[in-house]
Amino acid sequence: MSVHVEPIRVYITIFLALMGLTVLTVWAAFQDFGVMSNPIALGIAIAKATLVVLFFMHVRHSTGMTKLVVAGGFLWLLILFGITLSDYQTRDILDPPAAMTMPVDVPGPAHH
Amino acid sequence: MSNAKSKERPEGYPDRHYLNAAHGLKSWFLTTDHKRIGLLYLLAITLFFFLGGAFAVLIRLELATPGGDLVQPETYNRLFTMHGIVMIFFFLIPSIPAVLGNFLLPLMIGAKDVAFPRLNLASWYVYMAGGIFTLWALFEGGLNTGWTFYTPLSTVYSNTAVTTAGIGIFITGFSSILTGMNFIVTIHRMRAPGLTWFRLPLFVWSQYATSLIQILGTPVLAITVLLLALERTLKLGIFDPALGGDPVLFQHLFWFYSHPAVYIMILPAMGVISELIATFSRKRVFGYRFVAFASVAIAILGFLVWGHHLFVSGQSVYAGAVFSVLSMLVAIPSAVKVFNWTATLYKGAVSWETPMLYALGFIGLFTIGGLTGVMLATMGIDIHVHDTYFIVAHFHYIMVGGAIMGYLGGLHYWWPKIAGRLYPVFLSKFAAIIIFVGFNLTFFPQFILGYLGMPRRYHSYPDEFQVLNVMSSAGATILGIGYLIPMLYFAWSMFYGKRCTQNPWGAKGLEWETASPPPTLNFDEIPTVTEEPYDYTPKEVQHAG
Ligand SMILES: [Cu+2]
Repeated sequence: MSVHVEPIRVYITIFLALMGLTVLTVWAAFQDFGVMSNPIALGIAIAKATLVVLFFMHVRHSTGMTKLVVAGGFLWLLILFGITLSDYQTRDILDPPAAMTMPVDVPGPAHH
Repeated sequence: MSNAKSKERPEGYPDRHYLNAAHGLKSWFLTTDHKRIGLLYLLAITLFFFLGGAFAVLIRLELATPGGDLVQPETYNRLFTMHGIVMIFFFLIPSIPAVLGNFLLPLMIGAKDVAFPRLNLASWYVYMAGGIFTLWALFEGGLNTGWTFYTPLSTVYSNTAVTTAGIGIFITGFSSILTGMNFIVTIHRMRAPGLTWFRLPLFVWSQYATSLIQILGTPVLAITVLLLALERTLKLGIFDPALGGDPVLFQHLFWFYSHPAVYIMILPAMGVISELIATFSRKRVFGYRFVAFASVAIAILGFLVWGHHLFVSGQSVYAGAVFSVLSMLVAIPSAVKVFNWTATLYKGAVSWETPMLYALGFIGLFTIGGLTGVMLATMGIDIHVHDTYFIVAHFHYIMVGGAIMGYLGGLHYWWPKIAGRLYPVFLSKFAAIIIFVGFNLTFFPQFILGYLGMPRRYHSYPDEFQVLNVMSSAGATILGIGYLIPMLYFAWSMFYGKRCTQNPWGAKGLEWETASPPPTLNFDEIPTVTEEPYDYTPKEVQHAG
């Protein structure tokens, strides 16, 4: 198995790209994009992570097995985030109908 | 020192083997031999097992009477917390993978060692470092959060050694990750010529599935515990609503690892049982491929069910329903295994050796543990019995009745391979029966207690629960004696037991095709595999058929 050696030029280019994206992150943080603020911040972060994984971690020139392992790791991250969000995003639906909830006189945390 | 009997050497007993290849402490503590590392783990986890057991003794003593008359409530909280932490993170998780897996995996696939021998040794030191941190928490007065570290108790209210214990678990997690990674690479890259995936012993398949969980799940636990420590020390707002966090998020993250962790404990035990059932029925495991894929299915499905721990924690009803259905799906591959083991016994030449007693015990106890698990996956039942002794009984049937029975069965089966010596037959069968009886007497009454409404984690209880609690405490005494007996005769056998032949059970599998105990590099000549696993059918019959 031969090891692919990246020319030093590639590392410098990627480093500069990461720095540029970092500046973009800081700039974007001070702008008001409304609902798009989070997607934009996450999008830049994903772009940076992708560059690191592909070039600095040499996944671009690795075997199919290595790529599968990396993809598997991200799939599991998606499972963690996705199913956790399936709880948070559905808290308001399927609440028991008002008739089923018992009146509570003890002071406690208020229900929404 | 030794008597004449222990000096007798059967035909072909090796002069040189991994145990006498080098001497002195340095040769053990700096070894990269997977077999010696397995023994280092064996010693370490046995110490932790008896430590965790000592906490259990105090818990059962306190619960022998309804009043809280032995220890303070706060002390009791610390006892069950340390019992859980020690037993889960320092005994059950490493038990079969790090001891039997380490010892057997290279032997079973015809390799000289694991893929990364030094990393393997490093994993033991990492484990010990984590263990020392966690024990240090004891000297800081222990901690009272339960092994589950739920917030906000663990972050806001508890003033006990949560951070120290958390760091200990964080560190130990890495030893688990290293073992898992090592095994996956070893299984992929180091199989002997001819040893295709579907010729692998089912123990190897189950170790592979376990390793997947270890490397995919454990980092999440590490991050979760780290976030917990950061919130405690730096007031980072992750879980505390006052700081902008969410306590239920902790439960999501914690159980994302800790539910699959149950399969880190039970899958290797299932692998052991497959080996034992095949050897002592003299038959190929029924539906080999189904059993192999069932391990992988359990590993993957196990990651999709964690929300069944959050049915009453404020999780949405919708998510609860989804998690409920997904949890029930795990029953399918589990049942595939139980049915296939049973089908293997059918018309097999069954013999009743000590390891087989553990295997049969496992099947019965795991079935009870698994079926009560399906009950608990139903929200209607779970909301009724949650946080009662029903839960405690259920998971002890899985972890003690399942995982520990598998571990002990495996230890008895491969002991001649490990030590090159035998243990007393009658005494070992007696101990196996004592353990089975003691186990059921300890934990079956807890199902009834829980169903009647006795909550877990309290040091006192109403008078009407005493009879069942006394039964449970009495059972625990029997169980404790049952565990002491094997420890004593194994320690004796290591030095004084009768030397055995290479393959005392007449078993199939590459691990039996080298000397017992094996040479340092396992095989004088790397074997070539030409037959299916568990090929017990005599050759003449094969040709006639
Ligand atoms: Cu679970």
